[in-house]
Amino acid sequence: MGLDRFSQYVLTLVLSAILPISLFSTSTLAADAMSSAASETDSLAGPIEQAFIDIKSDDAALRTQAAAVLIEKGNASLISRLDEIRAEADRSVRQAIKPVIDLLKNHANLTSEQADTRRSAAADLVGTGRVEAITWLEEAAAKEQVWWVKYTMEESAQLIQLRSDEQAVKLSAIKKLGELRSQNGLSALKELLEAGTQSGATEQQRALADSAQTSIGQIDSWGWWAGSIETLFRGISLSSILLIMSLGLAIVFGLMGVINMAHGELMMVGAYATFITQQAFIAWFSPENFDWYFPAALPVAFLSAALFGLVLEATVIRFLYGRLLETLLATWGVSLILMQAARVYFGDLTAVIAPQALRGGAQVMIGVYLPYNRIFIIILSIVCVLGIYFLLFRSNLGVRVRAVTQNRNMSACLGIPTRKVDSYTFAFASGLAGIAGWALTMVGNVDPGLGQNYIVDAFMVVVTGGVGKLAGTIWASLGIGGLNKLIEPASGAVYGKVFILVGVILFLQWRPQGLFAAKGRNADA
Amino acid sequence: MDKNLPQDSPIATEEVTATEQTGSSRREFLGQSGRVAAGFGVAALLGNLGNYALSYAAGGPPIKIGVLHSLSGTMAISEVSLRDVVLMAVEEINKAGGVMGRQVEAKVVDPASNWDLFAEKAKQLLLEDKVSVVFGCWTSVSRKSVLPVFEKNNGLLFYPVQYEGEECSRNVFYTGAAVNQQAAPAVEYLMSPEGGGYKKFYLLGTDYVYPRTTNKILRAMLLAKKVPASNIEEEYTPFHHQDYQTICGKIKKFAAGGGAAVISTINGDSNVPFYKEFGNQGLRAEDAPIMAFSVAEDELRGMDTSALVGHLAAWNYYQSVDTPQNKKFVANFKAYCKKNKLPDGENRVTDDPIEAAYFGVYVWKQAVEKAGSIEVDAVRKAVYGQKFLAPGGQIMMDEANQHTHKPVLIGEILKNGQFKVIHRSKGLVKPEPWSEYTNPEKGCDWISHQGTYQKK
Repeated sequence: MGLDRFSQYVLTLVLSAILPISLFSTSTLAADAMSSAASETDSLAGPIEQAFIDIKSDDAALRTQAAAVLIEKGNASLISRLDEIRAEADRSVRQAIKPVIDLLKNHANLTSEQADTRRSAAADLVGTGRVEAITWLEEAAAKEQVWWVKYTMEESAQLIQLRSDEQAVKLSAIKKLGELRSQNGLSALKELLEAGTQSGATEQQRALADSAQTSIGQIDSWGWWAGSIETLFRGISLSSILLIMSLGLAIVFGLMGVINMAHGELMMVGAYATFITQQAFIAWFSPENFDWYFPAALPVAFLSAALFGLVLEATVIRFLYGRLLETLLATWGVSLILMQAARVYFGDLTAVIAPQALRGGAQVMIGVYLPYNRIFIIILSIVCVLGIYFLLFRSNLGVRVRAVTQNRNMSACLGIPTRKVDSYTFAFASGLAGIAGWALTMVGNVDPGLGQNYIVDAFMVVVTGGVGKLAGTIWASLGIGGLNKLIEPASGAVYGKVFILVGVILFLQWRPQGLFAAKGRNADA
Repeated sequence: MDKNLPQDSPIATEEVTATEQTGSSRREFLGQSGRVAAGFGVAALLGNLGNYALSYAAGGPPIKIGVLHSLSGTMAISEVSLRDVVLMAVEEINKAGGVMGRQVEAKVVDPASNWDLFAEKAKQLLLEDKVSVVFGCWTSVSRKSVLPVFEKNNGLLFYPVQYEGEECSRNVFYTGAAVNQQAAPAVEYLMSPEGGGYKKFYLLGTDYVYPRTTNKILRAMLLAKKVPASNIEEEYTPFHHQDYQTICGKIKKFAAGGGAAVISTINGDSNVPFYKEFGNQGLRAEDAPIMAFSVAEDELRGMDTSALVGHLAAWNYYQSVDTPQNKKFVANFKAYCKKNKLPDGENRVTDDPIEAAYFGVYVWKQAVEKAGSIEVDAVRKAVYGQKFLAPGGQIMMDEANQHTHKPVLIGEILKNGQFKVIHRSKGLVKPEPWSEYTNPEKGCDWISHQGTYQKK
């Protein structure tokens, strides 16, 4: 290493001596050289100081060479000084400094406390293409504990080596990248393959192409699996969102026979409740407790949406039971009122900041990265389904609700307070919409149009699943969500939506009662 | 004078009440002593007695202008700010003595984000209210819907938003950017060594006319610059699209190996889910920066910016532009919003369309004064070549093509929702309504040709 530094230094000397541009800089260099002989510390500080001068020079070659010195000998402590120079410098100097800062920063970040920062640094070093980075990466990889970070470091080192001029190094990098199943190496490998299969290719290029072909095969077959798993996950994730939106609607529409067009706006209420809770936390609690606003917002969202539902039921819906189309019109009006009210009252300053735990994602295997917020919503929808199942089918309240929906008069005769059951059921379903709104703040935005974006999809799910059937809602959301994600990669988002809509229409032509039909005496009720 | 303050606007209700009171007293005055007293009523309303009474008496009746921006519906979130800034400019102009000594009276209408209503309201402004100029519209579809109205009735519209070009109407002045003043230089910047030397481009947009046309031009430009077609990906999503999982997955695959950038013309409420998903799938600005043409300070106010930091945008103005006149403009706008108790008051920000709407009013004022008349044809001719020191720097109206010469700025999104300017074009960029890449044979010229013409 010492010898390396020395030879680099001599090179520096020679190069700057040749350059006729700056007599001044050479003379200071010479002075530096003399003092460097005197003490060890000076030999380090000297060239760095010199490089700081050179990097501001008008001569491109001098700048490049100064940058090389800084990269070789510098460390993160120089960044602030470089930043200062950069702030005042003109474009060409800024361009010379930027890679230096990037490299030094990334070098320092390789030993950061945060795994994410280490990984980012490793990934960014590839872009610089500097040979020095290979040793840094290999050293860091040897010490690395987190497998994914280690993987990125190894991959990055190989990616840089792939650009080497030596045939042997290249060949080994190609082989290693194949073994690593490196998705990031694919484009570079394909270039090599292309170069090697052209008619005028040299023997060496052909050898590289052969080797690249094997590696591409390995990467591609892995990529196919990874892609399939990701698609599956996306389908499940979209399904879980559809499900959580439709659950409340399925209860209101299916069990109570009310078309609630304001269901989307009840979701909006849940989302705004989350926003208000967040603002309350910002105002009254210390910043380190900020992330707790999100769990705290769950009951707030549920209760406020349930309260809205209760009021809506008591003032509008209860006069309209049994008149399906009128519930549609009345609740449509309510939804318009709620939307404009939100627009007037909240305006557009309503960002909900995701808690730290729900940001980013987990690298579960090479090429498969699952966002935490989506995993969270999948789990939440499962919990909600279980909760509803127990409430409806394993509790006293549930028995009453089902009794009322099956035969209202008979239930009343048996002493069930049907009015109360109605209003509680509606409030509960509204609360579920509130929970959906709460969860959706993690993937979307909070704005007055939030409900409108989802209401059509939610109805589609409920109708396809079969009115009044919980299982139908679950299967329909899985089917629609899964199909959507299966079609989308090939068709694009616009036509994906069109296909799904056409599919649902055709399905309902064939089976108007939906996936799961109510059977027997209840069928026409 | 009651019309000076729009009844349907949220501007301080107290002032509206004040208007009514002075209105009734004004009626008595009018009966007694005519125009000077009427001027006195006006002055009392705005709390600036002497000047107004004099200027009103001296200059004649107020000049009526129309403001045609959606104050309700989906576009309200963006367009209300433009209404506010136009009214602010009017107030400034009136305070400084008006136009040719005459006061300016703004008639505000609300087309409610409804394209048909835009045409109807435009007709009302031109035929019933007989305004001499209209400041308005945001979306391209709203502009297309009012275009025949303005052309048939020879009205004058100042349109302040960046748009897709391919239009050359005699009755519209475009103070926003044409494609060659925003999208094209942004992509050129990304391709330059300074911008990162990107080689692959993912063109992503909402499915309507602006993204489609812009991407058509960008694709032609990229192909002309020898970017292979396999390195360009183009994709559209429906309005209000919320699920960006698949698209972010595709971008990830596209960007693997580096050198890729995303060019986003995603509009409105789809931006938040897109940026969130982008970040949550482990993509960073370093892997593939998103260059956006529809995300400005006003939109960033409502977003959690942590997912956006480091991504880019291209505009002709940012609130952070460091000029003395901009500092004053930003402070004035905040003060104006606070004074009039507009929603969010002091927290309001300025952005590119707001600036364009603002200087539009001044350009019109200068043109009227140069023409010495408010007659549309005279004013139009006077606008050509008009220069104005806008908040973002000097701008110039083109000599013939109805568009504006503007600087192009590339900005990086900061945590506080502001932009850091990282690149600035050299001087002003000449507007090209017809792109040299897609329509090289067409030009726009209202001096030596009749609008759109065939070159040679």
